[in-house]
Amino acid sequence: MLTIENLHAAVDGNLILKGVDLDVKVGEVHAIMGPNGSGKSTLSSVIAGNEIYEMTKGNILLNGEDINEFDAEERAHKGIFMSFQYPVEIPGVSVTNFIKTAINSSRKAQGLEDMPANEMLKKIRQKAELLEIDTKFLSRSLNEGFSGGEKKRNEIFQMAMLEPKLSILDETDSGLDIDALKIVANGVNKLRNKDNAVIIITHYQRLLNYISPDFVHVLHNGKIVKSGTKDLAHELEAKGYDWIKQESN
Amino acid sequence: MELKEKLLDFHLAFEEQSEVNQTIQSYRSKALRIFEKKGFPTKKVEAWKYTSLAPLVNKDYALFPRNDSGIELKDVKPYFLYEIDTYKVVFIDGVYSPFLSDTTHDGLDVCLLSAALSKKKYKSTIDKYFNKAAIKDESLTSLNTAFAKEGAYIYIPRNKVSEKPIEIIHFSSGEQNSLWLQPRNLIVVEENAQVQIIERHQSLRKHNIVTNVVTEIFAHKDSLVDYYKIQNDLNSASLIDNTYIVQEKNSHVSVHTFSFGGKLVRNNLNYFHKGQNIMSTLKGLTILKGKQHVDHNTLVSHSMPNCESHQDYKGIYSEQSKGVFNGKIYVDKIAQKTNAFQQNNNILIDDKATINSKPQLEIFADDVKCSHGCTIGQLDEETLFYLRSRGIPRKEAKALLTYAFANNILQSVQINVLKKRINGQIAEKLGVNLGFDL
Repeated sequence: MLTIENLHAAVDGNLILKGVDLDVKVGEVHAIMGPNGSGKSTLSSVIAGNEIYEMTKGNILLNGEDINEFDAEERAHKGIFMSFQYPVEIPGVSVTNFIKTAINSSRKAQGLEDMPANEMLKKIRQKAELLEIDTKFLSRSLNEGFSGGEKKRNEIFQMAMLEPKLSILDETDSGLDIDALKIVANGVNKLRNKDNAVIIITHYQRLLNYISPDFVHVLHNGKIVKSGTKDLAHELEAKGYDWIKQESN
Repeated sequence: MELKEKLLDFHLAFEEQSEVNQTIQSYRSKALRIFEKKGFPTKKVEAWKYTSLAPLVNKDYALFPRNDSGIELKDVKPYFLYEIDTYKVVFIDGVYSPFLSDTTHDGLDVCLLSAALSKKKYKSTIDKYFNKAAIKDESLTSLNTAFAKEGAYIYIPRNKVSEKPIEIIHFSSGEQNSLWLQPRNLIVVEENAQVQIIERHQSLRKHNIVTNVVTEIFAHKDSLVDYYKIQNDLNSASLIDNTYIVQEKNSHVSVHTFSFGGKLVRNNLNYFHKGQNIMSTLKGLTILKGKQHVDHNTLVSHSMPNCESHQDYKGIYSEQSKGVFNGKIYVDKIAQKTNAFQQNNNILIDDKATINSKPQLEIFADDVKCSHGCTIGQLDEETLFYLRSRGIPRKEAKALLTYAFANNILQSVQINVLKKRINGQIAEKLGVNLGFDL
C-alpha cells in the first residue's frame, strides 16, 4: 500500500530524515518507535504532505502511485489520514459540521455529489456508536475545551468517518491516561481490517499492548535502524533506546 | 453650494417647521454654532487621521425627507427579526412609518422622539436627559443636535423588564438620489430595568445616502442594556454612528457592533461612568471586502472606582477594504480598582487590505488592572495543515478558520434568532457552507 524509498526531508534547511525505507502492505499494522528527536513526527508529517517539510530526496508511493507532488488535501482524498498529536481547536464549528465538510470535500474531489444529510447522519450515528461516543459530544465545537482524551477520541472518530486506506497515528498515546488509552486503542482495533493499513508512531510501547503491530521499526537519527516483530517493542521497553543508539553508531 | 453652507442655510427652514419647546431650540442653535465653527472633521484631526469624510462631504444631498416611498412589508420583512415578537420603531427616508412599526405605551414607552419632544407629558424626561450625554463640542454630534427631531424614544421604567426586544430600523428607499439623514435616539432605562435593542440602517436600493445618527443611552442603577448594531448596508450607504452611554452603579451596558457592509462606517462609541461596580462591554466584528471602510472609535471613561470594561473587536479584511480601530481607555485618578481590558485582533486576507489599530490608554490611578492587545496577522499554516489533512482544500480551510476566528464575538449575543441570523451572515460573507446541526 505505502512504499517509502530513500526518503530525505528537511525543515528550515536542517536535514531530519536521512534515507527512510518502509513498505506497508494492506492489512498490516506497523509501529515506528524511536527516541525523542529521531524524526518520527517529521516522517508522519511528510507522508501526510505538510509543506513545512521539504522532501529533498526519495519517493513516496501509495498503491504504486507517486504522491511526492501531491498537496495534503489530495493525499487525504487518496486515502491517507493522520491523527494529530495536537489537534487544532476550531471554535464555532461543530465536530459534525467539520466532518461533514471533510467528507464532502473528498467526495467533490472524486466527482461525487455531497452526501445526502440523512445518509450522513446515519453514518455519524453508526460510527459514534461503534466508538461509544455520546452524540452530544458531536455538537460541541471541534476540540474546543476538549480534554486530551476527548481530542484523541475525536481524531479516531474522524478516522472512522473518513474510512482512510492508510492511517498514521502520530503519538496518539501521549497525554492519555490508561482508560483513555484503552478507549482509543479499542477504537483503532475496531477500524482496522484487511483492506486498510495503520502506522503507529510512538515513543513508548504501552499503546502496543492494546494495538498489536505486525512490524516494529526503530527510527534513529533520521533512519530506520532496526526492524522486527512486536517482540522488539518489548525489548525497547525493557532496555530503553541506548543500545539501539550504540548499535547504530 | 458646499454641504456645510447648505446645512446652515437649511436650519432656519427646519426650525420653522418643527414645533418644540425653547430649551430644545436653544440646544439646536448652540449646536449649530459649534458645527458652523468646527465644520466637518478633516484628516488633520487626530481622531480622523485614517478616515476621510471628504468623499461624502463634497456631494450634494437632499435634506428634507420625503414621505412617498410606497414601501411594502414584503420589501423589508427580511430585515426584521420576524421570527420573534418585537417592538419596532421604523423609519423610511427619515419619516416614521406607522404601518411597519409596533410601538407601545403599555408599561414602557417605545415611540417617536418627535412625539416626546413636543408632548407635555414627556417634558420632564426630555429636560432631564435630552442632549445630556452627547459630547457638546464634537462637530458631527452637534450637527445632529442642530437637526434633532426624529428617531426612537425608549423609556423603560423602574423594575420593568421589556419582554420583547426593540428594533430601531431606518430604511432608505432610494427615491431620492442623494439623502442626508440625522436620526436621534433617546433611551432611558430606569433602576433595575432591562432592555434589549437592535438598531440597523438599511438602504433598499442603491443610492447615495449618509446617516449621521446620535443615540443617547442612560442606564440607571442595577439596569441591564443589551444593544446590537447591525451594519450590513449596501455599498452606496454611509453611516456615522455617535453613541453616548451614561451608566450608574451596578449597571451593565453591552454593545455589539456587527459591521459587514456599507461604503464608509464610523462608529463613535462612548461610555461614561457615574457610579461604582459598573460593567461595560464593547464587542465588534467587522468583515469587509471591496473598498469598504469601517472605523471604530471607542472611549471608555472610567471616572469611578471598582468598575470593569471589556472590549473585544475582531476584523477580517479582504480585497482593498480598510479598517480602523482606535480604542481609548481613560482611568481617572479616583477610579481605583478599575479593570479595563481591550483586545483587537485582525486578519488581513489580501495584500491590499489594511487595518490601523491604535490602543490609547490614559491611566491616572495607581491600583488598576488594564490591558490591551492587538494582533494583525494571516492564518497559521500548521492549523491550515490540520484541515487540509482531512481533505478540506486550502481555500475552504481558510474560510472555515476565518469563520472560527469571528465566531467568538457571536457567543455573547443573547437573542437566539439574532445570533442565528448573524451566524448565517458571517458564513455567507466568508464563503463557508455550514450544514446541519445534529
